[in-house]
Amino acid sequence: MADLELRKVSKSFQNLKVVHDIDLEIAEGEFVVLVGPSGCGKSTTLRMVAGLDRPSGGEIHIGGRLVNNVQARDRDIAMVFQSYALYPQMTVAQNMAFGLRIRKVPDAEVTQRIARVADILDLSELLHRKPHQLSGGQRQRVAMGRAMVRQPKVFLFDEPLSNLDAKLRGKMRAEIKKLHQMVATTTVYVTHDQVEAMTLADRVVVMNKGRIEQIGPPNDLYHEPASRFVAGFIGSPGMNFFKCRLEARGDRLAVVLSDGTALAVPAARTARYAGHAGRDLEFGLRPEHITEQRERPDTVDIKVPVEVVEPMGMETLLHVLVAGTEATARIDPAATPRPGEMATLSLGMAHMHLLDLKTGRVL
Amino acid sequence: MGPNRTWLLIAPAMLVIGVFMVLPLFLAVGYSFMTANPYGGVTAPATFDAYLQFLYQRDFDDSLVFSPSYALIILRSVYLAIATTIICLVLGLPVAWYIVCQTPERRRILLFAVTLPFWINTLIRTYCWILILRDEGLANGALRHAGIISDPLPLLYNDGSILLGLVYTFLPFMVLPIYSTLERIDPRLIEAAHDLYAGRAAVFRRIVWPLARPGALAGATLVFAPALGSFLAPDLLGGGKKLLIGSLIQMQFTSSRNWPFGAALSTVVTVVVLTVFVIRSRRVEEERR
Repeated sequence: MADLELRKVSKSFQNLKVVHDIDLEIAEGEFVVLVGPSGCGKSTTLRMVAGLDRPSGGEIHIGGRLVNNVQARDRDIAMVFQSYALYPQMTVAQNMAFGLRIRKVPDAEVTQRIARVADILDLSELLHRKPHQLSGGQRQRVAMGRAMVRQPKVFLFDEPLSNLDAKLRGKMRAEIKKLHQMVATTTVYVTHDQVEAMTLADRVVVMNKGRIEQIGPPNDLYHEPASRFVAGFIGSPGMNFFKCRLEARGDRLAVVLSDGTALAVPAARTARYAGHAGRDLEFGLRPEHITEQRERPDTVDIKVPVEVVEPMGMETLLHVLVAGTEATARIDPAATPRPGEMATLSLGMAHMHLLDLKTGRVL
Repeated sequence: MGPNRTWLLIAPAMLVIGVFMVLPLFLAVGYSFMTANPYGGVTAPATFDAYLQFLYQRDFDDSLVFSPSYALIILRSVYLAIATTIICLVLGLPVAWYIVCQTPERRRILLFAVTLPFWINTLIRTYCWILILRDEGLANGALRHAGIISDPLPLLYNDGSILLGLVYTFLPFMVLPIYSTLERIDPRLIEAAHDLYAGRAAVFRRIVWPLARPGALAGATLVFAPALGSFLAPDLLGGGKKLLIGSLIQMQFTSSRNWPFGAALSTVVTVVVLTVFVIRSRRVEEERR
């Protein structure tokens, strides 16, 4: 049963429509991440679920109850804010107790719940400090603790890690995941960071310009993106795109790049793309499928000039020119060429994508 | 420049502070221990007479007689200054909150409106209140015209009209510091409170007020201090019938030609205000900790 359901939810500010008819069903205990660039409507969607913004259209159901006209405080949700929104005049314990005190939860239970959550979040030593005496990561944990003590039906996270440095962000990401594995409360998490989306989500909702581009488990989005936007947004470094023409060569198909390089399409894809032969399309390939020379089925070797070499330790990123278009390749550090040299690289055509130039849909 | 010469850089600032702030204070304190010269100014010998005058009057036979009239003036002044501060706070907080909640453009207009009275001379503004409040003034005229009253209400020349004048003059000093404190509040703090089950009243009591308090304290100091020494509103709107410290001090340097007593009164006002100020900044510091 859907625990949280959005039906044709939209939001306009004056004449500007920022969220367009969003449909989304989230199962009980599911961890769903809304991801997209800034201004894509993900935070607005979350704020509508939280009850901080009213939808201009559509319905929001929480636990089977229509909540469009229910105030934030009566929705049984708990939100964690990007800025943490901790009260500077209150101690950690008072911040965490705030909601419970207003609900008039008995003192003994407040103390007990705070102690339990503080123990989980490793905050027990900090309960009597004030927010300004805490580090960024500690504040973030207090903000989560304040949400957890309420034992809500749904957790809402609004970019909770974006104020932390990269290292701490990685650590807190793992902690959030661990927490969800422990308590398994329905969670909606908003971020612009596709790594967070991939690592945390049961299902990822990719949003762009107020619309949902694609919904699916992280690996599905990565390997089977539905659109150019998703293909380019998920994964780092991003997918490479080349202008091309799909041509029939005998009973096989070939992707012909702008300089005339022909790349054989694997036989397994022939049926899928046959109808598009003769069209101008876009050819997409992830950096990890442009590698040093490898003997594998369905690879095509090309010789390209190397522009920049970025050693990452476990791998090396090469910026190369393929048919005049910049592309990124991930290669074995042992096989690293020098900038300015010509390198022979293998294209893993088994992982290719073809995209419609006009609609941006993956074919 | 060597470290022992860096003081040269702050010397001009120290000179300004010294000449315009510290020196006059010392002069006032010094004068308060001198004897009055009947033609103005002060002469030797040094004496505590000026301070004795607060509570005693020197009789013809040179004996000291208890006389509470000056003490009462001081008490009345403090009472009126406190009342002014409280009324300004009650009026100023909602006004500041209302301005903070507006769009940036409307905020600018409203803030300008708050500071608008500063552009007009205080004397003129205070006279305007006389025109409004007097028996044939606008207020009574309007009430009579509406048929609510037949005889004019005594709106002028009482504590009420003094209070009105003081509140009117000093309200901006309360609104502006509270505004600047509230403006810095992260709106998420209020949203988070709604998320944490709080209604409007709880949000105000538990979040907005505690966060506005430093601004309110600053505003209270800015209102209390000048209200205590004010003499324009009491003289014009109080009709000079009931003296306040400000008018009393002014009289000592003009008609009464008792500079030491005027200086002593000024010193007392300064000490009272400084005490309030010190207590306040201590409390703010404690809250920060």
